[in-house]
Amino acid sequence: MAIESYLWQGSHAVAQGALKAGVNYFAGYPITPSTEVAEFMAYALPSRDGIFIQMEDEIASIASLIGASLAGAKAITATSGPGFSLMQEGLGYAIMAEVPLVIVDVMRGGPSTGLPTKPTQADVMQAKWGTHGDHPIIALCPASVKESYYLMVKAVNLSERFRTPVIFLTDETIAHMRERVQIDVDEKLYIEPRIEPKDPRNYKTFQPDERLVPHQAKFGTGFRTVVTALYHDESGFQNTSAEVAERFNKRLVDKVEKYIDEFYETEEYNLENSELVFVSYGASHRTVLQVLNDSKNPKWGFLRLVTIWPFHDKLVKEKLKKAKVIVVPELNMGQMVKEIQRLFGDTKKIVSVNRWDGELITPDQLRKVAEQA
Amino acid sequence: MREQILKYFKQDKLPHVFCPGCGNGEVMHAMAQAIDELGWDPTQILIVGGIGCSSRIATYTIFDSLHTLHGRPVAFAVGAKLANPNLKVIIVSGDGDASSIGGNHLIHAARRNMDLTLFIVNNYTYGMTGGQYSPTTPLGSFTTTSPCGHVEEPFSITDLLVGAGAPFVARTGTLYFNELVKLMKLALAKNGFAAIDIFTQCPTNYGRNNRLGKPIDLIKTQASILVPKEKYDLLEPGDRVGKFARGVIQDVEKPTFLDHYRACILSTRKAVHHE
Repeated sequence: MAIESYLWQGSHAVAQGALKAGVNYFAGYPITPSTEVAEFMAYALPSRDGIFIQMEDEIASIASLIGASLAGAKAITATSGPGFSLMQEGLGYAIMAEVPLVIVDVMRGGPSTGLPTKPTQADVMQAKWGTHGDHPIIALCPASVKESYYLMVKAVNLSERFRTPVIFLTDETIAHMRERVQIDVDEKLYIEPRIEPKDPRNYKTFQPDERLVPHQAKFGTGFRTVVTALYHDESGFQNTSAEVAERFNKRLVDKVEKYIDEFYETEEYNLENSELVFVSYGASHRTVLQVLNDSKNPKWGFLRLVTIWPFHDKLVKEKLKKAKVIVVPELNMGQMVKEIQRLFGDTKKIVSVNRWDGELITPDQLRKVAEQA
Repeated sequence: MREQILKYFKQDKLPHVFCPGCGNGEVMHAMAQAIDELGWDPTQILIVGGIGCSSRIATYTIFDSLHTLHGRPVAFAVGAKLANPNLKVIIVSGDGDASSIGGNHLIHAARRNMDLTLFIVNNYTYGMTGGQYSPTTPLGSFTTTSPCGHVEEPFSITDLLVGAGAPFVARTGTLYFNELVKLMKLALAKNGFAAIDIFTQCPTNYGRNNRLGKPIDLIKTQASILVPKEKYDLLEPGDRVGKFARGVIQDVEKPTFLDHYRACILSTRKAVHHE
């Protein structure tokens, strides 16, 4: 086939990406501004022998995703801040029980019911620390409709590769925006297979491989799979000993963070020559693009975080080493900027540019801050 | 009989954690016996538990087992069943797990007629956390959170499920072991949502707090609470207070969620995708 042009909405690009990645199970609960993902999947999945179900709430949605994934499905849901809060319980379970799935969080204005129809980027820290306990999180953040498609494929792939839930952190602007997307929908993309154990005799549900990832057999394949989110030994049976807890939690975090170079993604522009660097992600990155396009300042550049979590201290530090001023535009009161401050302390001038009123940061607003910085 | 039952359990994990006199052992036994008598392939069974004493039953079996979150086993089970309809999915849950924190999932799985079997081990209390009151704790009972006697009416889980549209609903107690096995076989074989409200004893917490004597004395109280359905139906409303019908409460045939869904697939296949 060939590259063709489509006018896609961001939410539909997410859904198309999910289907491309082999997603065959969607459970969700209606919530603005994420509902378009569910509506697309409700239309697309039945004819592909997949399952779409609108559950009774978000708690049930993620619970059913976990059951489906363990039975062999590739499962996703889509929600927004308040629903994402309800899913934190299931998110923690999926991390602990090492269940692949993807949660699409279309960020809207919060806290609480907040600004349902307007964009923010205020769930950055909810994605990282919303569920209790020490745990790894992979969160990806697209800045365009086209990227939403490819990044969703990557999100599903990473959830399978690491056997952990992945957060697809998009926002009202990117998800509701329609853009021309030039794409070959039949293009062959890498799809991460789910590794399955071969021998039921020596099978232990949570025995990790050399990359620290266990390969659980699907339910119904004769392996006697044992799954719990209590601390457990490799057989999957609950175990509350200090030794097991210490070792298990360490592996859980290490299996993702030790392999961060494998999947960590950024986009950059003019970092070599820039005294001022915008560090951005998602919708606020679009403002950065406009500012750079308008100003043509040869000493300005950007570093865009595509992988939001885990944060790659070493790589970000290296990328930003030449910058004298770092400007961090965010549609929140300053969440990601704290990671940058943590890295550099007082050694660089760090400027946080924020809006949380449901409107985008305008190019004018951002340019003026940069000029005065 | 012992060998026939033991083969369904992880013998290296026995004895289980349940207190002496607890009814969970009888429920485990009855369930294994029912499965054995049905001759089901153990590799095609998934057993799902929530959080609470009885939910731990799942982890002792040799089936694929999924020990979930408090109140959520039904929602986990929905996903597993839809992803692999060949699985025989059994949920073991407690009264608090199923009807309090999990009440929403319970009624919607019943309404949707998900093809799941649910055994609610109803000991009228939260045993694992030390004996607090649950939605089925009788009015006036003493628990650690109702030290002056419970001030709420309990609810009938079977009435709730009938109202929600479950095609198979039954109730019995650990006092009636043979009936329990018989009802479990009916529930397991049912095509659709099938639930049994199983009255059972918690001597350590509920029994002790209410000075009900030894475990056997506690089990015997079921004889005055549980009335065969045919007799219960004939009781005057005033005489039904504090009593519950036992036996098959509802047994009707209706299409399951997947029956409807498959019909929907056939019709959508004809539609054109906008891609």
